[in-house]
Amino acid sequence: MIQKLDYLKETPSQTAGPYVHIGLAPGAAGFDIYEKELGWDIAGPNANGERIRIEGVVIDGTGSPIKDVMLEAWQANSEGHYAHPEGGGTVEDGFKGWGRVITDFETGEWAFDTIKPGRTRGRDVGQQAPHINLWIVARGINVGLNTRLYFDDETEANAVDPVLNLIEWETRRSTLLAKRNDRDGHVVYRFDIKLQGHNETVFFDI
Amino acid sequence: MTKNGEFYQRDRTWHPPAVTPDYKTSVTRSPQYSLISLQNSVSEVTGPVFGHNDIHALDNDLIHNYAQAGDAAIGERIILHGRVLDENHRPIPNTLVEVWQANAGGRYRHKKDTYLAPIDPNFGGCGRTLTDESGYYFFRTIKPGAYPWRNWVNNWRPAHIHVSIFGTAFAQRLITQCYFEGDPLIDKCPIVHTIPDAQARAQLVAALDMNASVPLDSIAYKFDIVLRGRRSTLFENRLEGN
Repeated sequence: MIQKLDYLKETPSQTAGPYVHIGLAPGAAGFDIYEKELGWDIAGPNANGERIRIEGVVIDGTGSPIKDVMLEAWQANSEGHYAHPEGGGTVEDGFKGWGRVITDFETGEWAFDTIKPGRTRGRDVGQQAPHINLWIVARGINVGLNTRLYFDDETEANAVDPVLNLIEWETRRSTLLAKRNDRDGHVVYRFDIKLQGHNETVFFDI
Repeated sequence: MTKNGEFYQRDRTWHPPAVTPDYKTSVTRSPQYSLISLQNSVSEVTGPVFGHNDIHALDNDLIHNYAQAGDAAIGERIILHGRVLDENHRPIPNTLVEVWQANAGGRYRHKKDTYLAPIDPNFGGCGRTLTDESGYYFFRTIKPGAYPWRNWVNNWRPAHIHVSIFGTAFAQRLITQCYFEGDPLIDKCPIVHTIPDAQARAQLVAALDMNASVPLDSIAYKFDIVLRGRRSTLFENRLEGN
């Protein structure tokens, strides 16, 4: 006999199902219940940095947009600080860095407004390129999927990013690059996520 | 004093795999390539922080949080309570727990739900709360009904409450479902059975908790939630800045 290790097991995940909005975005489900829904203002009014919009669709293995998906975003401010005690520094008053994103039920298109994050410290050495961490849940997704959105105009920072460089297949790295466009004077990045098939997005076990 | 290090790696054999053909929707919504494993950086060991200003004190009372004044939701009155712990048995205080569920007839208040069971005008179906200093949380609600869903022709979801938990880091983010002791539909459900291990499935079944029930008022179920634990950094190879 040996001694028993006394760790608990993590609660297993289950799909968020088709009605995730009821719990996490009831306004989208079609009713008004909370005084304040959480996650609709990622950066807040006082955040420094470039104001950007990010938009895209999540596409399934048949090539169809997923209309009942929910994403959560987690990002640093323009100085590379997360709004968290271990986040590397202070953030502007009202900067949360976290948000929820749901799709248009008819088209599957989603979008959110934020500021472009700065570089964050690397795990061991160096710095990570600006990125937004995304977590994707939906009916049919058994465990929420983690990925990262990087910016296609950050060529130098991306080239030395430790996570991008960990992806053995260089052609797959481009699945994490949001494409910058200027639209009527506003900066819009396009980031389509493919759950499977040709050019499947890179997902991480974090 | 030891410092917080990385999170223990997620036991992917304990969680459901991405592709679970008996739950049909998973087939086209699952990555075909392997996940790429990352050691934690600052991006993973941090996560959103919530406070009492973010929510209302009565958001955890689903019997009343959408009811007309003086009214209440219809159904078997229950208390769902438990603690949020990490794998090291440490309570996780001040973390946001959100729930959503169908009404007593198995109908969701959602514009996409067309099941023929009626909407309860006094039941919204969502609630949220923060754990206290010892990681404890509770909700007052009604027991949700079972309902049919399109998978095989005759699949029924067991009564369940969806639960969303944050922890202290994005690496701990979790959504799961809570089932109820004694429900014969649990073992027939393809979504429950996406989890291969019987003990892991049992971890999602809330226990009838007579000691916590309120006599002549509400029956209680206990549902403890475990999030990933964290290593203490005794040696090098730690996160920079921690």
